[in-house]
Amino acid sequence: MSDWLEVTFTLHRPRALAALIRMFRDIDIAEEAFADACLKALIVWTNDGEPRDPLAWLLTTARNSGLDHVRKSQRRAAILSRHVEEFKPVPAETPDPDEMRDDVLRLLFICCHPELERRDQIAIALRVVLGLSVDEIASGFLIKPKTMEQRITRAKKKIASNPVAFETPSPAERGARLGEVSLMVYLMFSEGWSTSAGPKQIKFTLCEEAIRLARLLAALFPAMGEQAALLALLLFQHARRRARIDPEGKLVALDDQDRSLWDRANIAEATGLLQKAHRTGHQGVYIIQAAIAATHAHAASVDHTDWASIESHYAALYALQPTPVVRLNQIAAQAKLHGPIYALKAMEPLAQELSTYRWYHAMRGGLLQEAGDHHAAIAAFETVMTHRPTTPERVVITERIKISQESLRGM
Amino acid sequence: MIYAITIYGEPGVFEALPKDRQNEVMSGHSALQSALSERGEFVSMKLMPPTSAVMVEPAPTEGSAPLITDGPFAETKENFLGFYAAEFKDLDEALEYAKMISSPVARLEVRPVAWAGGVISSV
Repeated sequence: MSDWLEVTFTLHRPRALAALIRMFRDIDIAEEAFADACLKALIVWTNDGEPRDPLAWLLTTARNSGLDHVRKSQRRAAILSRHVEEFKPVPAETPDPDEMRDDVLRLLFICCHPELERRDQIAIALRVVLGLSVDEIASGFLIKPKTMEQRITRAKKKIASNPVAFETPSPAERGARLGEVSLMVYLMFSEGWSTSAGPKQIKFTLCEEAIRLARLLAALFPAMGEQAALLALLLFQHARRRARIDPEGKLVALDDQDRSLWDRANIAEATGLLQKAHRTGHQGVYIIQAAIAATHAHAASVDHTDWASIESHYAALYALQPTPVVRLNQIAAQAKLHGPIYALKAMEPLAQELSTYRWYHAMRGGLLQEAGDHHAAIAAFETVMTHRPTTPERVVITERIKISQESLRGM
Repeated sequence: MIYAITIYGEPGVFEALPKDRQNEVMSGHSALQSALSERGEFVSMKLMPPTSAVMVEPAPTEGSAPLITDGPFAETKENFLGFYAAEFKDLDEALEYAKMISSPVARLEVRPVAWAGGVISSV
């Protein structure tokens, strides 16, 4: 039975923690109070069955437990003097949805503390909001649990020293918070999808946890196109997880993936979400990226891909996000439309800015190979090797070099 | 008589379960599906998570268009997750089949339905 209860706790944790942090303004007290409430629930629910409103039950119990703790602790005086009105008895009801929405957003925003490194922001969100253990988070980031523990402790201290506004945010503030939090979720997924180094390419948990957070945001902000699109984008990408690595653990490029391995349920849900996002009439980076991912997802093969539409989506994305990497992706689509020579020329202006970006050199090598310039292709692939590719990437690049070498020998 | 076995539960619970528990739930569904297909026609539908839903509310005033809203939906409350429908001899038989997919993640309702038409080919 406890498996099912664990799931209930996990599902309610973000909302419960968010409300508890508003009440106590302290992450540690909130976490302890919630853990205590879960422990009590394990006993009470196993005997009496699950209550009609589990979240309300957990919140009431956690709040009482937190109050006990505060009364006993030395911090009592300081906290009581700060917000006495917070200590009234709680009604056993789920908080107002609007209030809950701001609570959860605040909690996520607290994790996005500007003084924290992005990876620490992600780690603290995994720990506090989603309730992952330090060991789980450490394995997700491929670092030692001890190191992760220290990083999380340090991050929590930094957060505690910087008060976040607890009053209801203005619409502009809410928008800014939502943007920052959405970016963190997006980067959590990217971190899981392609780590910058290490032998293991895909870490499913980080991707799945990011999807959970994206689901939470989409549920809390149902009228926001960008949040529905963010969830759609992550689901479109996640759908390819089984096709992305072959049985020998080798990385498979999108062009070469066995599309029958793509997860149709993920794609169907993402498609529905994207259509809903389009209905809002909003325009944003996630909507455009999800539209690109959708074009790939619905193409039967590389040759059947609507590259013209992908190219125009990247052009639109570049208008919102004028970065060389977006431009590079646009050129990759142009290569499919106008051939490698056209694309190689279009890439030239980016050479300086992207000189340390290994995907620039990998793409250049691929295009040169396609154009038949194998000497230059080998040189480009060798440059990739000097920019710390992951082990699976290394395997792919080594193979590409071999192909060009064999072509040269054959001539 | 056609009976519908409708499934209610908290969205996201199944997805959050450990893999072996998911398999446990799924094995009930595959057993039911193969049992139903052996005895004739049936339909089953799984609804996507409520975040993908859009509501069409009644027109606020007479003559105006229906109101289309994006939510909000109480995600944590009990939700309509999906259903099966097939011809059964009687209620007892429908209940026997429903038991095959009973699990702690779902509450099931067995109810007779009147066929209202339409054909859907398998997707």
